[in-house]
Amino acid sequence: MNEKIYGLMAEFNTPGDLLRAAEKIRGAGYRRWDCFTPFPIHGIDKVMGYRNSLVGWVALAGGAFMFLNVAGLIWFSNAFDYPLIVGGKPMFSAPMTFVPSYIMMIMGGAGGALIGMVALNQLPRLHHPLFFKKRFEGATRDKFIIVIGANDEKFCATGTKQLLESIGGVNVEIVEDQE
Amino acid sequence: MSEIANIEELKKLAPPAELRRAPVVEGNQGLGWLTDKLSAFAEAKVPLWWKIAFVPAAFAATVIFPICLFYQVFTGVGVWGNNHPNMWGWDIVNFIWWVGVAHAGTLISAMLFLTRQHWRTTIGRMAEAMTVFSVMMAGLYPAIHVGRAWFDWFMFPIPNSNGNWPQFKSPLMWDVFAVNTYLMVSSLFWFMGMIPDFAVLRDRSTTRARKAVFSFLAMGWTGSAWQWHNYEKAYVVLCGLCTLLVFTVSSIVGLDFCTSQLAGWHATIFPLYFVIGAVFCGFGMMLVLLTSLRKLCKLETIITKSHIDKVAKLCLVSGLIINYIYLMEIFIAWYSGDPYERWVFGHRFFGHNYAFFGWMLIGINVLLTQLLWIKKIRASMVALFFIGLFINFGMWSERMVIVVGSTNQDFLPANWGLYHPTMWDIGLYVGTLGAFFMMYLLFVKFLPVIAISEVKGAVPHGDPHHPHGGAQKGGH
Repeated sequence: MNEKIYGLMAEFNTPGDLLRAAEKIRGAGYRRWDCFTPFPIHGIDKVMGYRNSLVGWVALAGGAFMFLNVAGLIWFSNAFDYPLIVGGKPMFSAPMTFVPSYIMMIMGGAGGALIGMVALNQLPRLHHPLFFKKRFEGATRDKFIIVIGANDEKFCATGTKQLLESIGGVNVEIVEDQE
Repeated sequence: MSEIANIEELKKLAPPAELRRAPVVEGNQGLGWLTDKLSAFAEAKVPLWWKIAFVPAAFAATVIFPICLFYQVFTGVGVWGNNHPNMWGWDIVNFIWWVGVAHAGTLISAMLFLTRQHWRTTIGRMAEAMTVFSVMMAGLYPAIHVGRAWFDWFMFPIPNSNGNWPQFKSPLMWDVFAVNTYLMVSSLFWFMGMIPDFAVLRDRSTTRARKAVFSFLAMGWTGSAWQWHNYEKAYVVLCGLCTLLVFTVSSIVGLDFCTSQLAGWHATIFPLYFVIGAVFCGFGMMLVLLTSLRKLCKLETIITKSHIDKVAKLCLVSGLIINYIYLMEIFIAWYSGDPYERWVFGHRFFGHNYAFFGWMLIGINVLLTQLLWIKKIRASMVALFFIGLFINFGMWSERMVIVVGSTNQDFLPANWGLYHPTMWDIGLYVGTLGAFFMMYLLFVKFLPVIAISEVKGAVPHGDPHHPHGGAQKGGH
């Protein structure tokens, strides 16, 4: 058992317990830790100190990119490269350009949202030290798990364990780094 | 309010039972129980009813469907009943019908999310799946209706040696973009919603194969606060975009009609008409699927009668709007003073050829829908199942009235002609129905049919500010 330590993992039984514990860990000055929950907990963003997610901006960029590209494509194809008079309508005008551009803006925005989410969450990542812990499977069921990383400046195998137990964490376990 | 002395006084302040919000899940026994309950069907053995339903659906999808499809593609559109002057027949009727079925799914899962309706968590996934599969069926029709399906790529802006480009001045061209976007975005939305639930099934899996499949699909989801933080944002953005699609896709299908000169089609009300009609039809399909699957999958305590009641109410609301539109359509036809317009509308109900469908439209969409006012009917699953089926037929009749009713008798009597579907029309429709139900059954059996993580977040046990969720005196 000479493996490196990834961190310490503790279980909590309710979202309320987790939220209180998270506030205390934050209060104790830890920085590299995370909560693993079966569903998003209301109020956890504030405790973790997260600001507005960047996903919205990625989606906006995707949407704007597609809108401008399709508008440009319509201009290029119908007004520049192969102008064709249809029903005496102008070669390029807002009513005919807006609808396809708008529709593709939705496609770009949706793609941006998914890609942004996946990229910011660093997915796909099929290999993770936590996946080796049997108890971690509770995090998708009914357990609320806090992991404090060994790379945190304040991390100390015994002190951190005591902290996690004192704030109500059960089954505090060491997570080995399998890399 | 801080003066409340005891629990008795608190009870007096509580609203009467009729006004209290129904619980999202009945008989809830905690998060672990909920996880077991919601993943049970995907993990259990394949039940008998599933096999019985799957065999005919799969037969229609894998035998009837390809035969009708390939025969039409190899021979030509002439194998259908479409012929001058009815250039649009069942192919377009069914296209609009399938697009319509899709719409309620997006409405339930996206718009009700934005309005923070917790009850949507239990039915949202089923609704999204309905959307994805029915858009697939819808998209097929225009692709083969063009006649030379191998030239479909002409519709996409691909640089080619002929130097020609799609012609973006036509709403038919916009349709290509609308339907493809609808398919892409609703699939993305559906898939993204399932990522945390794939992780649930991954962690519960007992066999190596299941573990491998769900690990791959979950993409390494851990459920960390950071992941949820980004995920929730992405979900809100996708819901907003999907809501735009609810109003856009059918509007564009409506524009295909109203930009033409034909009497009965040339009306500015069409985009709205098609959107509401689509939503109404989709709610009908939702009623059929929910009332049957809640029983077959033993999810009565999850998809509660209260949820079905709400879907039925939404169905009624969209039905009333569509009734208003029918009335306006008839009024405008009369008020316009246009003899052709009046002719078409008169013949919708009193013509010799297709009046049956006109009366189906009135009988089902206008009259039968009013049954949903009655609380007892909204509480009867059998009644709702059949009302849902009838609404689907009623809305199908409406599209028949619009498409064939207008084309078969236009401005010149010399130009009139009748439309009758052939066996290839019918076969293709049966084939798409089979393909839809086959995919839906596969989804119900093998994928998380209810949004497990969303439901858990919507019950009291998942609320950190509720005593069940571990809240203590004086806030969390």
